Amino acid sequence: MRPVNAVITKVVEEATNIRTFFFDTSFELIPGQFVMVWIRGVDEVPMALSYDNAITVQKVGPATSALFELNECDSVGIRGPFGKGFDINNGRILLVSGGVGAAPLAPLAEKACAEGAKITTLLGAKTKDELLFRKRFEAVGKVRIATDDGTEGKHGYVTQLLDDEKNYDQIYCCGPEIMMKKVLDKVTPSRAQFSLHRYIKCGLGICGACCVDGLRVCKDGPVFSGDVLKRTEFGVYRRNECGERVKI
Amino acid sequence: MIGMLSLTLNGLKLKNPLILAAGIMGTTGGSLKRAAEGGAGAVVTKSIGIEPKSGHSNPSMVEVDCGYLNAMGLPNPSYKNFQREIDTAKEGGIPVIASIFGGSADEFSEIAGSLRADAFELNVSCPHACGYGAQVGSDPALVEEITRAVKSATSAPVWVKLTPNVTDINSIGLAAESGGADAVVAINTVRAMAIDIESGYPILGNRFGGLSGRAIKPVAIKCVYDLFEALEIPIIGVGGISDWRDAVEFMMAGARAVQIGSAVGDNINIFKDISSCMETFLEEKGWTLDDIYGMAHEV
Repeated sequence: MRPVNAVITKVVEEATNIRTFFFDTSFELIPGQFVMVWIRGVDEVPMALSYDNAITVQKVGPATSALFELNECDSVGIRGPFGKGFDINNGRILLVSGGVGAAPLAPLAEKACAEGAKITTLLGAKTKDELLFRKRFEAVGKVRIATDDGTEGKHGYVTQLLDDEKNYDQIYCCGPEIMMKKVLDKVTPSRAQFSLHRYIKCGLGICGACCVDGLRVCKDGPVFSGDVLKRTEFGVYRRNECGERVKI
Repeated sequence: MIGMLSLTLNGLKLKNPLILAAGIMGTTGGSLKRAAEGGAGAVVTKSIGIEPKSGHSNPSMVEVDCGYLNAMGLPNPSYKNFQREIDTAKEGGIPVIASIFGGSADEFSEIAGSLRADAFELNVSCPHACGYGAQVGSDPALVEEITRAVKSATSAPVWVKLTPNVTDINSIGLAAESGGADAVVAINTVRAMAIDIESGYPILGNRFGGLSGRAIKPVAIKCVYDLFEALEIPIIGVGGISDWRDAVEFMMAGARAVQIGSAVGDNINIFKDISSCMETFLEEKGWTLDDIYGMAHEV
């Protein structure tokens, strides 16, 4: 598919350097799937859908900075949704979210709730103001909070809240890779799903730039079961734009 | 019959004539191994250069109605960081061919002289890299010089991948042959472009790129057919193969083996699928690989 023209209808300031961009176009998505967002003349970057018509973005580099310059009525090009999303379990589920990792987990929580799942969310962020989508998670289940600076909830990392994983049928995790690796090491891998972030070029499963060993994040993922990741370079290193190994 | 698709090409033993094309799943040893598990007879790596290169900005690949348009821009970690990926790929148990690119004969030989691979494929055909690829490969004298230099830098077989974006592909193929190439690979992508009508922006970050996929198959078939008439060395056909019929057609045009690229995106086990269908076809026809090789030239 060619990029679809998506006009920005609303911009919500979620926290410092985190914004949600709503579009006039909705996507039929499985939570966890991503879209390629083309900021014309600048770059195209992968983004998780945080609603069926929105992305939630942290300003981290040139492409996201250019996106932050856009306002209502401006437009971007969107390809997707691409990849494999979360496999939804309607039993007792635990969401483990770090920072903007909440973006794909919030629509997952809402969909799982609608399907009858009992949801607990471990929500982590650097500081209180960056606890993304707290209200959305609270609306569908129990929420436990951790902040790096102790401004809310447990003073420390969200992984420190992970103490009763055996009580859950399925665990869903998205956040910084180092945090996800900690979760993977603590839980039964086959009962946990992780949404990965990698440098993506084609988005079509062809070029191989996003591969974690032989797994294509853009096509076989971005959501993978923990037992698939156990045997890979996940949490050890990633590849930069050149394909060089970079330690996590 | 077991092994009816096996062949020896430049001394390399292939269990089938289906090779993963350059630039597809070729950056990590693990992804090349996965293509081996998917049934490939051999794999070609991503094109590797002298220095690490991040490539063009995105979008770098987009699906159009008749295939795919890409301008990756030769992203690669440099040969200095690539041997271990080749070594990992070798665990797949099939030949690993290193695709390499450079701006001069010296650069090509430096890389070929430093990497250990079962063969080298010289990328003198990428249509959108300034100073590299097709800018080198449109000049027969340069192609001959580079091929000769690489041949003296390595004892491994050397393949030269040709661009279709020239007036006469045979003259480039003949130059490669004169330079000592062991085979030519035809074709690389066809120069192409797409424009976003909502904004007027060219879609690719590089503004233009190369077309692959279904649309270019008839172009590639004709190139292979012409090269077969002109050259003594084997031709490896590539361009738009998405099923076993396409592979057979390339071989009838004169390809000893074929490479598969874009179609791997939707089916990484395509090599297995094509192999088994080709075997069935050959059995039904009572033909061997040798029978169909260049068949279109004999009828």
